[in-house]
Amino acid sequence: MTFFETLALFGQHLRYLCQKELITIFKDPRMQFMLVMPVIIQGFIFGYAANYNLDRVPYAVVDESHSSSSRDYLARFSGTTSFELKAVLGNTSELGDLITSGDVIIAIVIPQDFEDVLSRGGTAPVQVIADGRNSSIAGIATGYVSQITAAWNESRRGSAGPITIESRTWYNPNQITRWNFLPGLIAMISFVQVIFLAGLSIAREREQGTFEQLLVTPLSPLEILIGKAMPPMLIGFAQSAMLYLIARYWFAVPFAGSLGTLTVIILVFMLSSTGIGLSISAVSRNMQQVLVYVLVLMIPMVLLSGIATPVRNMPEFLQIITYADPMRFAVDAVKRVYLEGAGLAAIWRDLVPMFLIAAVTMPIAAWLFRHRTV
Amino acid sequence: MKLNRHSLRRMGALTRKEFFQLMRDQSSLLMGIVLPLILILIMGYGMSLDVKNVPTAIVLEDPSPTARQMVNFTEGSAYFSPVYVRSMRTAETLLAQHDVDAIIRVPQNFAADVNQGTAKVQVILNGTEATTAMSAQRYIEAAVLTWEAGLSVRSASAGQATTVSRIWFNDANTSAWFFVPGILMLVLTTSGVFLTSVVMAREWERGTFESLFVTPIKIGELILAKVLPYFVVAVFGMILCLIAGNVLYDLPMRGSLILLIGVSMLYLIISLGIGLVISALTKNQFLACQVSLMISFLPSVMLSGFLFDLHSQPLAIQIISQFLPTTYYLQLMKTLFLAGNYWPLIIRNGLILLGFAILFIGLAFRMTRKEME
Amino acid sequence: MRTAVIEAAGISKTFYPKKLPPVAALQDVNLIARTGQLTALIGPDGAGKTTFMRLLCGLMKADAGTLHVVGLDVAERPQAVQDELSYMPQKFGLYEDLTVQENLDLYADLHGITAAQRQERFARLLEMTGLTPFTGRLAGKLSGGMKQKLGLACTLVRSPKLLLLDEPTAGVDPLSRRELWEILQRLVQEEHLSVLVSTAYMEEASLCQDVYVLNRGRMLAAGTPEHLCRLAEGRCFSVLSPASFSLRILQSELLRDPCVTDAVPVGGRVRVITTTPAAVPAILKEHGWKKEPVAPRLEDAFMILLHQDAAQERQAVPGLSRTDGLIVDPLTQPVDIEARDLVRTFGDFVAVRHTSFQVHRGEVFGLLGPNGAGKTTTFRMLCGLLPATSGYLSVAGVNLRKARTQARANIGYVAQKFSLYGSLTVYENLRFFGGIYGLTRRQLERRITAVMEEFQLTEKADYVAERLPGGYKQRLSMAAALLHKPKILFLDEPTSGIDPLARRQFWQQITRLSAQGTTIIITTHFMDEAEYCDRIMIQDKGALLVLGRPDEIREKLHLPGADMNAVFIAIVEQARQKGNEGI
Repeated sequence: MTFFETLALFGQHLRYLCQKELITIFKDPRMQFMLVMPVIIQGFIFGYAANYNLDRVPYAVVDESHSSSSRDYLARFSGTTSFELKAVLGNTSELGDLITSGDVIIAIVIPQDFEDVLSRGGTAPVQVIADGRNSSIAGIATGYVSQITAAWNESRRGSAGPITIESRTWYNPNQITRWNFLPGLIAMISFVQVIFLAGLSIAREREQGTFEQLLVTPLSPLEILIGKAMPPMLIGFAQSAMLYLIARYWFAVPFAGSLGTLTVIILVFMLSSTGIGLSISAVSRNMQQVLVYVLVLMIPMVLLSGIATPVRNMPEFLQIITYADPMRFAVDAVKRVYLEGAGLAAIWRDLVPMFLIAAVTMPIAAWLFRHRTV
Repeated sequence: MKLNRHSLRRMGALTRKEFFQLMRDQSSLLMGIVLPLILILIMGYGMSLDVKNVPTAIVLEDPSPTARQMVNFTEGSAYFSPVYVRSMRTAETLLAQHDVDAIIRVPQNFAADVNQGTAKVQVILNGTEATTAMSAQRYIEAAVLTWEAGLSVRSASAGQATTVSRIWFNDANTSAWFFVPGILMLVLTTSGVFLTSVVMAREWERGTFESLFVTPIKIGELILAKVLPYFVVAVFGMILCLIAGNVLYDLPMRGSLILLIGVSMLYLIISLGIGLVISALTKNQFLACQVSLMISFLPSVMLSGFLFDLHSQPLAIQIISQFLPTTYYLQLMKTLFLAGNYWPLIIRNGLILLGFAILFIGLAFRMTRKEME
Repeated sequence: MRTAVIEAAGISKTFYPKKLPPVAALQDVNLIARTGQLTALIGPDGAGKTTFMRLLCGLMKADAGTLHVVGLDVAERPQAVQDELSYMPQKFGLYEDLTVQENLDLYADLHGITAAQRQERFARLLEMTGLTPFTGRLAGKLSGGMKQKLGLACTLVRSPKLLLLDEPTAGVDPLSRRELWEILQRLVQEEHLSVLVSTAYMEEASLCQDVYVLNRGRMLAAGTPEHLCRLAEGRCFSVLSPASFSLRILQSELLRDPCVTDAVPVGGRVRVITTTPAAVPAILKEHGWKKEPVAPRLEDAFMILLHQDAAQERQAVPGLSRTDGLIVDPLTQPVDIEARDLVRTFGDFVAVRHTSFQVHRGEVFGLLGPNGAGKTTTFRMLCGLLPATSGYLSVAGVNLRKARTQARANIGYVAQKFSLYGSLTVYENLRFFGGIYGLTRRQLERRITAVMEEFQLTEKADYVAERLPGGYKQRLSMAAALLHKPKILFLDEPTSGIDPLARRQFWQQITRLSAQGTTIIITTHFMDEAEYCDRIMIQDKGALLVLGRPDEIREKLHLPGADMNAVFIAIVEQARQKGNEGI
């Protein structure tokens, strides 16, 4: 056979393998549903839910000072949508229940001598009590209260202070946490799906006996591997595209990068996740084992990816472990391309580890599935 | 269902069988024990929104002592690790490359401008990590304003308010303290819903139920005996988490331990019930797994208040979360761990959970029948 | 006291699959099984046997009719019935990750057997089933026959008032089958057990006191085996073909004759059922061959009943030219497969020991042996699914050690279990496999049309494969394996689980393929099918026991005219005795 004939045959084999794979996946209406609807629902629900910004945080006020200063100070809080006043109390004794029951998560206590101290030119302490059972909110909310307080101090002095702070936030001027989460979601949801699909693909054929039928055909192991890898990648890619559309057009997160770069990242990421999925598939004896292995690997990978909390906040040893997690690099790269408009030159450091993971897992999968058919 | 000697013996036999299988197929143990341990380590140590050591580029265009003094707060602070750079261009490159997350720029003639009351400080943050940006901005602004206030106190005193924050139940504001109750919830959900639905679906798929059905075993006995081992695995995983939480993170136990365990068992029963319902509906391992992931696992992470506080959610999400047993369980757990025995909440959430338990167990018994299709 | 343990009157059951027309699984079925005896339920695939069994145990509810089991109304008191009977489903629910002993214990506990009863009972069951040495082994590691016996043992941990067995011997080798039936008969004699058993083997049904014949949901006939046999009275003949004429071609030609109801090779002759006692098939007239009357068997009656019932559209299988019938000694043909000193070990277990043989072009070569004899291992090595531990193996002139991919282009493979893609349609499956074998688009369309016609799949082209009845699945597997016109066709138990009519047709296709020069390697548990083979090879415990033409082997054993079942059992038993003496 000439080189071109071999190549043509290779192409034909792949075409038929992928075609078959896609038909098997999409034939079952339940599967069609499972591949499309969850992505959309999750896109919307998580898009709304993933929020660290303060919005209508219920708070209570104990104003023991009853002065014009205290009223002026408190007006600063009712003027923002970040907080929502739930109760005005006469004294602190009622606070306990209100916070413990979860009705308010922050309380502002203004002492009796508030105005006196201020007029004497002293420093009047305002007590801020936050519910530490939701520490993400507690931390952010107390920080915000001090910011408001500082601003109030300044305005009280009449003229602006000698220093003006000009703060600018690049890429996300209003610091909307949703903007960080949604691009990450583009990577996460397809990751979950791809690793499951790739994981089950060989195990299912093995359980149903069709894998042997494939092995007695003239297909080479490489062709089977590629044929098995491409359909999950395609599906994952389509799901990423759906999420991209939701993020960009429903949540209106502005897209700063180039679609070409984003495509490259997603493809490389899919390649590495498929490699992991296929390796799991080749190691497992049956579908149940695949499910367990996938879960035990996938959950930590998602948690360590930096999608929910920044990788930088993790201790050193966990940060090292994240180097084996392709999702960590994908989340970083997608965010930078999406929000910052980074080009390939800026994110090559994210692409290399993903390539390496694919380069290790794919051969392992190929070797395993050839040698585990006993 | 009458419990007599025979039915106990039958259930004993089935339970024993299930334990044998559990021990031989390590994958279930992997999920019941290894996964909880991994979760508790990752979440406890790794997941944190606490901003620490934010790499901050400082551009001092004014070399005066006043300017230096102003940015002094970054030194020795747990929040910042300062990097001094010469030009704004360098700083911006560092920011774009994610080598620093913030830039503080002190322009030329800063000291002179302060005296004239027209000084400026420029702060630039990277919004790609909005939570970090948010916190960093607050710390920087508060620090600069404090420094400024120090100046004005010296000149013309006007008096000022200051905030003294106290975080109840979690003084140090340790992330681990509020993550650990969440991990308990995750462990119970995975072993309850996932393992049960997959293991039951496997029996349907492999046809092993057909032979079991035509024995004197009653359907109730069958269900109870099947879920008992997974109940035990889940309880084991839970105890593991409790110990780890206590040893690794000094998690306080302010409420009653017995109550906490009791509530957890109630939640576990709900999870098992959901798992049984899923398996009876799908009778297929793959679908059972997908459905479990969709309706139990992801919502309990995303919508229960575990990662994202429910108070700041849109109304629709808040409503959805009210239909998840996880929401009530998590609230209860955090209260019992960190706040103590607060009875109104315990009774309300306990009753709601009981309702869920009755609902799902009832459904499970109704839907699992000794019949082939 | 009642004498009937099962009384079923007017039972009907219809299934309503989604998006498909309803299926009447049972229509107005009546059955009475008497206490203390064996009752057989026979019928082809999809006749409704399993549905009926499930109705009896209360696992399903009938749409109409009354059903009393052990004197109880099943619909009203399913649990009470389940307390009294034992049921062995077709796919017995053994827990493969439990040991033999643990499986037994589980069922003993479920049935509430006391420790004292248990000891004696277990010892007896284990001895009867020959499982005593394997109590500590995981059920998943047992061979097919042993699993089936363990299933029976689990079902028999107590003496139920009624024992229901749904095809207990499917996929079990003749030796194990005989043992299983000995156990059953002993239990009926000693414990007056009442048994209802469904089976695809007619010789098993003839061991029962009463036989019920079910087809397409309706009861065709009932009676004692002798009574049923009378249906075939005077219509059964045996034809001896001259040594120069191939037995399977004679049989194939007879089946095409309109005055023949059924024809099957038995004991070196062809057994024929004619439509009337006087009818003489054309091929016999032409050659002047004699038909000799023989006594009818239950199988003959069964075939007649099925033909009557269906007015079975006899599917036209293209005929062969007369010269095809003349035997060309396959041994004079080139060698297609050569195995020299083949060995395969798994750890320290030797699955195949030093086996050598050759298969020639156009030959039908049968691999036989009891469960666990090593024939599957041999087979898998031949297809290139399993590398040999040592020895030389060439397939279609290609050394398998060196060029597996190349060798695979020349072979077709039909697996034991249906292993095409269940969710794909017939056409999609064929297109996939054709594409994989490198057919061009035009070739592909042509070949698909051809094989669909050949295997009568054209009408079902758009059916999803997993919803096809067993016979169609089997034909689809064949069609897919033949798309690329392989030189060698491997068939692993292709006929297990398909009904006798479909099996006849299957062998007609094989006959034709072989006449066209395709080499065929086949394994089977139906010993009568060994008669179709040019040569057979019998293995046991990894060793080759005998290799030769069926006639030669019969002669060697001094069993002229014996059926292959008897021959097989004789060979394996002799070998095992020798082996034991050797030790």
